[in-house]
Amino acid sequence: MIRRRLRLVVPPWSYGFTVALAMWVATVAYSGIGSSGSILDTALAFGAFSVLAGTGQMLVIASGPGNIDLSIPSVLTLAAYMAMKVMHGSDGLVAVGLLAGLLVGAAAGALNFSAIAALRLPPIIATLASSFIFESLAVDLGGETRVEPPPALSAFAVWRIADVQVMPLAVMVLTVIAAIVLRRTIFGRQLLAAGQSEPAATLAGIDVWRVRLLAYVLCGAAAALTGVLLAAFTGGAALNMGSSYLLTSIAVVVLGGTSVSGGQANAVGIWGAALFFELMTTMLNTFRFQAGARFLLVGALIIAIVAIVPKPRTT
Amino acid sequence: MISAGLPLARPLRLAKRREAAQLGLPTVALALMLTLIIAMRPAVFSYFGVTLLFKLTTPLVFASLAQMLVIMLGDIDLSNGSFVGLISCVVALYLKGAPLLAGSIIVGVILAYVGFGLLIYSRSLPSIIVTLGMSFIWLGTAIILLPAPGGSAPDWLVQFMSWRPPLLPLPIWFAIAAALAGHFALGRSSYGSVLRGAGANPRAVARAGWSLIGIRAAIYAAAAMLMTLAGATLTGLTTSGDPNVAPGYTLLSVGAVILGGGTFTGGIVSPVGTVIGALTLSLAGSLLSFLQVSPTWQSGAQGVILLLVLAGRVLVAERVS
Repeated sequence: MIRRRLRLVVPPWSYGFTVALAMWVATVAYSGIGSSGSILDTALAFGAFSVLAGTGQMLVIASGPGNIDLSIPSVLTLAAYMAMKVMHGSDGLVAVGLLAGLLVGAAAGALNFSAIAALRLPPIIATLASSFIFESLAVDLGGETRVEPPPALSAFAVWRIADVQVMPLAVMVLTVIAAIVLRRTIFGRQLLAAGQSEPAATLAGIDVWRVRLLAYVLCGAAAALTGVLLAAFTGGAALNMGSSYLLTSIAVVVLGGTSVSGGQANAVGIWGAALFFELMTTMLNTFRFQAGARFLLVGALIIAIVAIVPKPRTT
Repeated sequence: MISAGLPLARPLRLAKRREAAQLGLPTVALALMLTLIIAMRPAVFSYFGVTLLFKLTTPLVFASLAQMLVIMLGDIDLSNGSFVGLISCVVALYLKGAPLLAGSIIVGVILAYVGFGLLIYSRSLPSIIVTLGMSFIWLGTAIILLPAPGGSAPDWLVQFMSWRPPLLPLPIWFAIAAALAGHFALGRSSYGSVLRGAGANPRAVARAGWSLIGIRAAIYAAAAMLMTLAGATLTGLTTSGDPNVAPGYTLLSVGAVILGGGTFTGGIVSPVGTVIGALTLSLAGSLLSFLQVSPTWQSGAQGVILLLVLAGRVLVAERVS
């Protein structure tokens, strides 16, 4: 008892922030203090996309053991294409296009969950199979071309107020909302309860299926929003735009302190893990590491962090 | 055991029937696709046509069997595709000029794979995230060795992969041999049931005096060797190495295992089903090119077939029980 109380308590989600900070310091020390701002800017902007996709993944993973969404990359691409097509480069149609993209994402999430529920498939297989279908739809919709965003949307993606980027700030607000929803709202509590024990949650009167359906729908919508913003930021929807988010969305969630076995989630920790990934890439680029060595180090660090960090408690 | 024979007979027969239903559906799907293809292009129904049609299935069959072993333990391997890519690079780079070096690198990689497998077990880490990290490690190593696609496979390997054995084309022989070997090793041998038990009920297996670490090391080593076979046969087909040759294998292999009747709960897998699942999934892509549908819908077709077969299985399973 006493020993446990004396031990320094470091919450698992703080590791990402700590390592990210260390990498930022190392990079700045190497390339000079003048670069510190721009390095952080880039990490925040690209980190925001991982956080957005990761937050959706977190809701799904927290909703119960085995729940995972492998269709995020293809939903992201499909929604980006849909939104860009609807907007058709016109500023007046931004809201309509965004809505269309979000609807596609939400529908994809609902489809995922109905495959899981109706066919009693493991989520990993159901979302894998549906991701193949969404991928084909995206290719059919967009073809090989890059569909460009309207100027107003591109301007929003890089908009700054007093030298502060608005888009990452908006994602941070979403993170805070997600954290509050998990902690304080009925949906959040029901989601975590369903994730901890399905029978117990059912006995407590929770409609577990409805809660999970909502988690998948929100995940699809989050992927869609990521796609639209990413298309705005990088100058258009492209076929391979989502590919890196399959692994990233899972990695940031788990490294951010969410338990893979469900029932326990951490929205704020995702930021730490996402910044860690972005700043590590920047650091290895600055140190002129070759692509191969970069991949190798990223892999080794992911494993090291998972192995060292104490496991989040699911009780 | 003997005295309990009578009351056991019914559930046993039921389990047998369910097993048949599990295997039956992917087989029917495979047969249906083949019939469609042959009906459209009768020329396919020849030694040469079948060889071409199934040419690229061999590596996927081996990769799927490797995935099956890992899933049997209750884990999942997201590094499958990049492991195959790494082996493909090593084979294309060194096997011709420096076979000893190639051999020692491959042994080293297999040992590393087993090491990670034991790390997952000893610290009870989530396999999904550790194998995710491993996939970056294999990919990174492959890119360090071979930054751009290149190298060349040894002639004997290329010749072997284009060998035309009697009676049936080579990919079919490979599939049959792999399915039978897996079936007898896991399904019919006593050690096989211990291995399956290590995934289904590890505590019971440990109580019976088996070393779980030993079993897991053996299974992970076998999986790594199967992926090595996948990488080598793939290089024999493509004749050069490429770190990114097979990223799709990771998810296709998982699909093949589940299509073949495996479950993620551990212990329940079917080698024969997995092989049929792998054949079905790789044929699904080429079916559409025979239907002259644009390549756009090829991956969509794989998704639809995966869903249809699994949906059919749910219906049949309900009917049987």
